[in-house]
Amino acid sequence: MSGFRLAMRHLHREWRAGELKVLAMALVIAVASVTSVNFFTSRIHQALTGQANDLLGGDLVYLSESGIAEERVARAVELGLRSAKTVEFPTMVLAGEKNQLVALKAASSSYPLLGHNRTAPKLFAVDTEVTGGPVAGTIWGGSRLLTILGVDVGDVITVGNINLKVAAVLTSEPDQSEGVLFNIAPRLLMHADDLPATGLVQPASRVVYRLLLAGDAGAIGQIRQEWEPKLKPGESLHDVQDARPEVRSALTRGENFLALAALVSVLLAGAAVAMATRRFISRHLDSCAIMRCLGAEQAVISRLYLTQMIVLGLLASVVGIAVGYLAQWGLMIFLAPLAGIELPAPSLWPVVLGLVTGMVTLLGFVVPPILQLKNVPTLRVLRRDLGGLQIGALSAYGIGMLAFVALVLFQAQDLKLAAAIIAGLILVVLLLALVSGGLLLLLKPLRKKGGPAWRFGVTNISRRSGHSLIQMIGFGVGLMALLLLAVVRTDLLSEWENRLPADAPNRFLINIQPEQLDGVRQFLRSEGVEPPLLYPMVRARLVEVNGKAVTADDFKTDRAKRLVKREFNLSWAEQVQAGNTVTSGRWWQPEDRGKAFFSVEQGLAKELGLGVGDSLTYNVAGQRFSAEITNLRQVNWESFKANFFVMAPPGLLDGYPVNYITGFYLPAAQHAVLNRMVQQFPNITVLDVATILDQVRGIIEQVIMAVEYVFIFTVLAGLMVMYAAIHATLDDRIHEAAVLRTLGGRRSQLMSSIVLEYAGLGLLSGLVGAITAGAIGMVVAKQVFDLVYVPGPALWLSGMLIGAIGVGVAGTLGTRFVLNQPPLKTLRGM
Amino acid sequence: MRSEIVVNTQNLHKRVVSPEGELTLLQGVNLSIAAGETVAIVGASGSGKSTLLGLLAGLDEPTGGQVSIGGQDLFALDEDGRARLRGEKVGFVFQAFQLLPNLTALENVMLPLELAGRHDAQQVAEGVLQRVGLTARASHYPKQLSGGEQQRVAIARAFAPHPQVLFADEPTGNLDRSTGERIIDLLFQLNAEQGTTLVLVTHDPHLAARCQRQLELDEGQLKAELQ
Repeated sequence: MSGFRLAMRHLHREWRAGELKVLAMALVIAVASVTSVNFFTSRIHQALTGQANDLLGGDLVYLSESGIAEERVARAVELGLRSAKTVEFPTMVLAGEKNQLVALKAASSSYPLLGHNRTAPKLFAVDTEVTGGPVAGTIWGGSRLLTILGVDVGDVITVGNINLKVAAVLTSEPDQSEGVLFNIAPRLLMHADDLPATGLVQPASRVVYRLLLAGDAGAIGQIRQEWEPKLKPGESLHDVQDARPEVRSALTRGENFLALAALVSVLLAGAAVAMATRRFISRHLDSCAIMRCLGAEQAVISRLYLTQMIVLGLLASVVGIAVGYLAQWGLMIFLAPLAGIELPAPSLWPVVLGLVTGMVTLLGFVVPPILQLKNVPTLRVLRRDLGGLQIGALSAYGIGMLAFVALVLFQAQDLKLAAAIIAGLILVVLLLALVSGGLLLLLKPLRKKGGPAWRFGVTNISRRSGHSLIQMIGFGVGLMALLLLAVVRTDLLSEWENRLPADAPNRFLINIQPEQLDGVRQFLRSEGVEPPLLYPMVRARLVEVNGKAVTADDFKTDRAKRLVKREFNLSWAEQVQAGNTVTSGRWWQPEDRGKAFFSVEQGLAKELGLGVGDSLTYNVAGQRFSAEITNLRQVNWESFKANFFVMAPPGLLDGYPVNYITGFYLPAAQHAVLNRMVQQFPNITVLDVATILDQVRGIIEQVIMAVEYVFIFTVLAGLMVMYAAIHATLDDRIHEAAVLRTLGGRRSQLMSSIVLEYAGLGLLSGLVGAITAGAIGMVVAKQVFDLVYVPGPALWLSGMLIGAIGVGVAGTLGTRFVLNQPPLKTLRGM
Repeated sequence: MRSEIVVNTQNLHKRVVSPEGELTLLQGVNLSIAAGETVAIVGASGSGKSTLLGLLAGLDEPTGGQVSIGGQDLFALDEDGRARLRGEKVGFVFQAFQLLPNLTALENVMLPLELAGRHDAQQVAEGVLQRVGLTARASHYPKQLSGGEQQRVAIARAFAPHPQVLFADEPTGNLDRSTGERIIDLLFQLNAEQGTTLVLVTHDPHLAARCQRQLELDEGQLKAELQ
């Protein structure tokens, strides 16, 4: 008989005997959790990105200063993509005696591809979402434009050589958010078909052409790949990641949460697998000795068990992948209606990851100890006391740990997250071993106290200290995961949610002139709105870094190129803005007033390769000045507050042309305030970011739901570890109970000693689990999610309580049947 | 009956180091057993019977001397070589039965045949199980069987591959007297049918008396041969 067939027969026999169920279940959970999270994140990422792309008017935007070549449109059509074109340029428009400079946009009929315009039927009337743009022969104008020109819906505006009728008041465009702070001219939207007749587009005009594309992610990626390397000066490609730091930041954070949940499940499942393997081995020492006796060579034994484990691992992985796939569907069905998202097809990548996870867990936690089975002393068949096999902790679990580290690195795209988890893992095991060991020592003097059940229970914990230690680590790791879930659920996620409070600024006022500051404050106060802080802003172009002239071409990434190309908004402040933290260097002191210092946002610094000590030279309206970077700041972009990439101490920017910006929360019902403001201060631009705000809020809510769902696996894995831990000493316990009952121990005595022992173990491991969960929560919050979390005694108390009750009940239920069996049957079965 | 020597030892020694100092378990044991013989090794507890059996079967290594099975020097082989030799030539019956708990009675009997790579494992095993009267119990697990039944399964397992030598370690030690009797009858019947060489360790004089030769061990030395 071939070795493989023999191994399969044995696998079948072991499975039938129930020896492999915990092992297989734990593997299935590990694989299912990784697979579902990856299926899910890849799909939700695509879906959420798509949703965020509404803010761009398309999935991808090609931008050119010289026009859109027909081949590009043809290629997009060929790949099955939808497309729309817009042409934008500044121009003067007339109405009667009045004229005004506008930001004109002429759009093709299919515009916008994603998202919607909003219009009102009359000036300052309530607006609604509409499909498409203005039809040929008409225009939509922003309320500011119409106010300045003194016209309303139904009137006529002269655009170049033709007259066009105002058909609606344009209140919001999906793609207005891109470069939101820079488009301060009043808006005018017309149909592209009318453009030639205006005669406005001349060879030398400052025109920006956009080709908006939307459709299949693969085709979008294909276009990106084809076009990106061949972009000429004046051409660029954009997607939402480039456009909105708030959205990008929310997405990344959400994916980090999910990755964390998946990795913790794998770790827990690994622990369960390791414990189940330990039990499998201790129960198979005799079998191996007998087979050695019956003529099996060491290699035969190794092959026999290895083949079984690998086949089991593959089967469990396949089942895990299927479960993960189904779970992901459940999640999608649950989430999709809430989010209103279209689901892209899942990719194959999670299947690969699931398989890799299954095999790595197996090779790391199962194979090394299994390979030691062959070393069992054959003489054990004659002398049972020739015990066991010393499974070297290092060789058996060291490899497991290494394998896990590899898995974490492979799975986590984020190195910081991976490092936090690995460090946490090592710390947890050390801490658990240390604390558990210490607590066990403390327990010894308690053996003399109390009644017989107490004595027996307590004695059991400390007498079996080796097993108790492993059991406590198992319970501790399991409880830690459950408590970590509670921490993440209640504290971290709500902290994240709170970042974007209900009164986060949803309106911005831009272009407030210095002499209008008092007027604006007064106006708002008279309207019953508490005047917000007004930030000064000087528009400047970056011309030199460390004395060397720079242009966009000196930088590699799109984002860096774009950042350098457009004007920076420099601001000044005496104190660090709320929500900003200095991450390196130091903030200036009052005596630094007027000194040539800059504070730079760290993301920008990274993108442009800047650090503390570098010097930047800006050009403001023809005048140049330089200053040294003295600190880098971390900015919470999700706060939606007005934030600045580059700030200076007060005094440095005095004398340059300045205007002010502010953001504040205005309930929808009070929208009329803004209409009155535009009438009183026509030069001020009002930006409505409520849509973007809702979008980000939506992403956060969806991700939180997803994290909670994925944590089901973590909980399952945690329960699995505890189940494996109870099983770890089951054989000893069965034997012991049988002996004690033979010696006259009453059922109730044994029962209360079992209850006491498990409740005691649960209490101790609950405490250890709570301490470690708190510590990990704190580190992960700070390092990975940039949130502040401080664990409190409530966590420790609930840890002990949950541990004592949970482990007490589970342990008692798991062991109770021991008491119901006639002792002889148990003893004979040994 | 062939008269070639199947089991042979020369000046066999076994010493172990214990906390109380060095302990001599076997001291210069010389014996030879011919093919088809039935031999009992008797002696008091601690006389070294099980140690000798362990060495004869190559389950343990001596501190001095030689053992050969079927002319092959056991300790010239490595542990794997000895395992192979056991698979080919040796069968075992133990006091504690040593059945694999997760395998049915039939599967336990099949195990040595499967390990030897035989394709007819199931037919052969079924035949032997029938011979020991356990066909009805073939699909039962060890813990569902009585002690006597478990030992019959163990005997079936031992004889199934037709070993040249069969070692039995206190085969009735865990059984009551009458069950033990029936087990011994079965053991000797099968032994006679297959012409196996039987070496059994026991402290039961009644059982020892049924063997052709009785070797008595005393404090690690072969005292005398009782005929």
